[in-house]
Amino acid sequence: MANASQTAKKKNPVAAFFSAIGADFREIGTTFAKGDAKTRMSYVVMGYGPIRRGQLVKGFSLLATEIFFIWYMINFGGGYLSKLGTLGTIETTKKGRKTIYGDNSFLILLYGLLTLCIIAAFIFVWRLNVRENLVEQTKLAQGRKLPTNKKVLASLLDENFDKTLLLLPMLGIFVFTVLPIIFMICVAFTNYDKTHQSPTHLFTWVGMENFKNLFSFGSNGFGSTFGAVLAWTLVWALLATFIDYFLGILVAMLINKKGIRFKKVWRTILVMTIAVPQFVSLLYISKMFATDGLVNEFLLAHHLISNAIPFWDNPTLAKVMIVLINIWVGIPYLMLIATGLLMNIPEDLYESARIDGANNRQMFFNITLPYIFFVTGPFLLTQFTGNLNNFNVIYLLTQGGPTSTKLSANAGHTDLLVTWLYKMTVNETNYKMAACIGIMVFIVTAVISLIVYNMLPSVKDEEGFQ
Amino acid sequence: MAKNEKKYASMSGKRRAGNIATYILLVIISIIWLFPFYGIVMQSFRSYATEYGGMTPYIIPKSFSLDNYKFLFDTTQSNYLKWYGNTVLIAFITAFLQTAVVLCVSYALSRMRFKGRTLLMRFWLVLGMFPGFLTMICMYFLLKNMGLTQEGAIPGLILTYVASSGMGYYVVKGYFDTMPKALDEAARIDGASRAQIFFQMILPLSKPIIIYQLLTAFMAPWCDYVFASYIAFGHDASYNVAVGLTRWVWTNDYQGYFTRFCAGGVLVAIPVTILFMCLQKYYVEGVTGGAVKG
Repeated sequence: MANASQTAKKKNPVAAFFSAIGADFREIGTTFAKGDAKTRMSYVVMGYGPIRRGQLVKGFSLLATEIFFIWYMINFGGGYLSKLGTLGTIETTKKGRKTIYGDNSFLILLYGLLTLCIIAAFIFVWRLNVRENLVEQTKLAQGRKLPTNKKVLASLLDENFDKTLLLLPMLGIFVFTVLPIIFMICVAFTNYDKTHQSPTHLFTWVGMENFKNLFSFGSNGFGSTFGAVLAWTLVWALLATFIDYFLGILVAMLINKKGIRFKKVWRTILVMTIAVPQFVSLLYISKMFATDGLVNEFLLAHHLISNAIPFWDNPTLAKVMIVLINIWVGIPYLMLIATGLLMNIPEDLYESARIDGANNRQMFFNITLPYIFFVTGPFLLTQFTGNLNNFNVIYLLTQGGPTSTKLSANAGHTDLLVTWLYKMTVNETNYKMAACIGIMVFIVTAVISLIVYNMLPSVKDEEGFQ
Repeated sequence: MAKNEKKYASMSGKRRAGNIATYILLVIISIIWLFPFYGIVMQSFRSYATEYGGMTPYIIPKSFSLDNYKFLFDTTQSNYLKWYGNTVLIAFITAFLQTAVVLCVSYALSRMRFKGRTLLMRFWLVLGMFPGFLTMICMYFLLKNMGLTQEGAIPGLILTYVASSGMGYYVVKGYFDTMPKALDEAARIDGASRAQIFFQMILPLSKPIIIYQLLTAFMAPWCDYVFASYIAFGHDASYNVAVGLTRWVWTNDYQGYFTRFCAGGVLVAIPVTILFMCLQKYYVEGVTGGAVKG
């Protein structure tokens, strides 16, 4: 049987998955059939077997889990779960001055999903309980001793230390990341928005409606706006990543050039940008280029221009400004990284190139750049996906503006998908569309990561520069 | 001989010219990079009483005054000190808790082999591709249920920063990965438990990366506007400096709040910058290590 599942694994992960599940059910069955009374009893009362066999720590934690689960389902989970299909039917009404609260769709969805997760977790623990009984029974049948309770506890600091370390972080990630993400994915298929706010109004499932809206190019659809925002997001991420990358390497090379003194001073000046909190520097810069800001006022006062330059009001100019200012933000990081890398390039590569009569430019394009590009491939990818979601630079500089009547839902010309998502949530309270956009951001990030990752030279050819 | 000397002379002449060009470039770059900071500092000394408190066509104030700073420190007029205290508190607690979480996760993922390890790492990688703001409403509601919004926004914010920080293990795990496994094995033969290896051997050896992690975790809350403003929504006393000052710039621009923002920004930037400069070495190590390994 082990052989069968192994060959299946090689063939097809889906088949392997199902054969693993099949094997699992078989094991549950055979454990019951061959089990003694304690084991069989444990199928209903979790932990009964281990407690009777003296494994008090394991037994009582299993029993406690079951008791908690039953208590939770009766008092809390069961009710929410039964309404998950409709997200509530009883409207909140007003009788005179009194408000009689009905169902709260938000709570039903959130706790319904939580209950589903808890049920899944319970099944998993129940399976552990069966496995534990099987292990104990075989051990005793072979005449071996079970570990003492003290040893079981001590193992949490030794061979099971990973479980101790990961318990809290995983719980945190579940409550504050996994559950909210599942919740928001579900919201994308409901009509939760301004007019369907809980607790006063109900919202319900609408299927693919919101996605149809997102891709429809009619007068009410989000299609053209979505296209424009997506296009600018991609253009921005490309420009921001590569311009910063090359300029950062160039600046690092300037500073590291032989014979240049005060290297530390130059580096420190640039690093100031990383040290000063972005909201201080970027807000100041954004005000500097405002219509009534320092630059315009200065130029006007000295009669160099007759009208203020609309740095932030002209869509194209605003985009150019953002990319330029992002160079100011981004170069220091790249400079730091490139400095470390430049020092790592094997000197003999240059030596042999020099002997072959290569000049500086040739060495830069044929040695330095390929080397850095090879080593930083995965880093470039994370930079790119980071820039796709670069909220701070855009929001602190323009808040996505200038807005336009051509774009729907208050989107501006410099809005990225994430800033649009933020505005949709905070200003428009259009949660359903925010959820759709969030899913689109995920899809874009995941697809690009997957494609680019497989194209990276350092992934394809790990030995390349070694 | 003579020909050779001439050649060398011309080469060093060429190099000197090249170096002068480089110096000029570096000076220009430095001016561009320092200009905004120079502007903030200078404008923070412009009094809103004797001069205009909004934006002006000049940088250096006509007369230096500390009016803006006095305003910040006057608790009857502004909540600035309160915001500052909030931010410092959040930053310190977040730095320690987040570092503890990241160290735990990194050790487990780097040094121990357990069932589902790669699956867990892949799952977290995929989770990381969802934009953080997507979950804002849900997060707000969860925190509200625990009483951790508005008045309770400070513990609420700490919880949001710390709860999911386990997913940011990459740099620290990369550092742990470079430590030879033979160390662990030798210690285990001597009878040390996994916990003892972690606390008594790995942690003392990881000082640089712990400092890096503390530093980045400490600096992030200073800049957070989005979650801080959403969770503390409308409750002035729970703002952090980023939210408070951003609101000054965006809403009260023409009443002298611009120069006050500059003064407030200077006071925020000084300690953070000094701290960063002192620990720069560790930061560079962490950033380059992380970038090269990807």
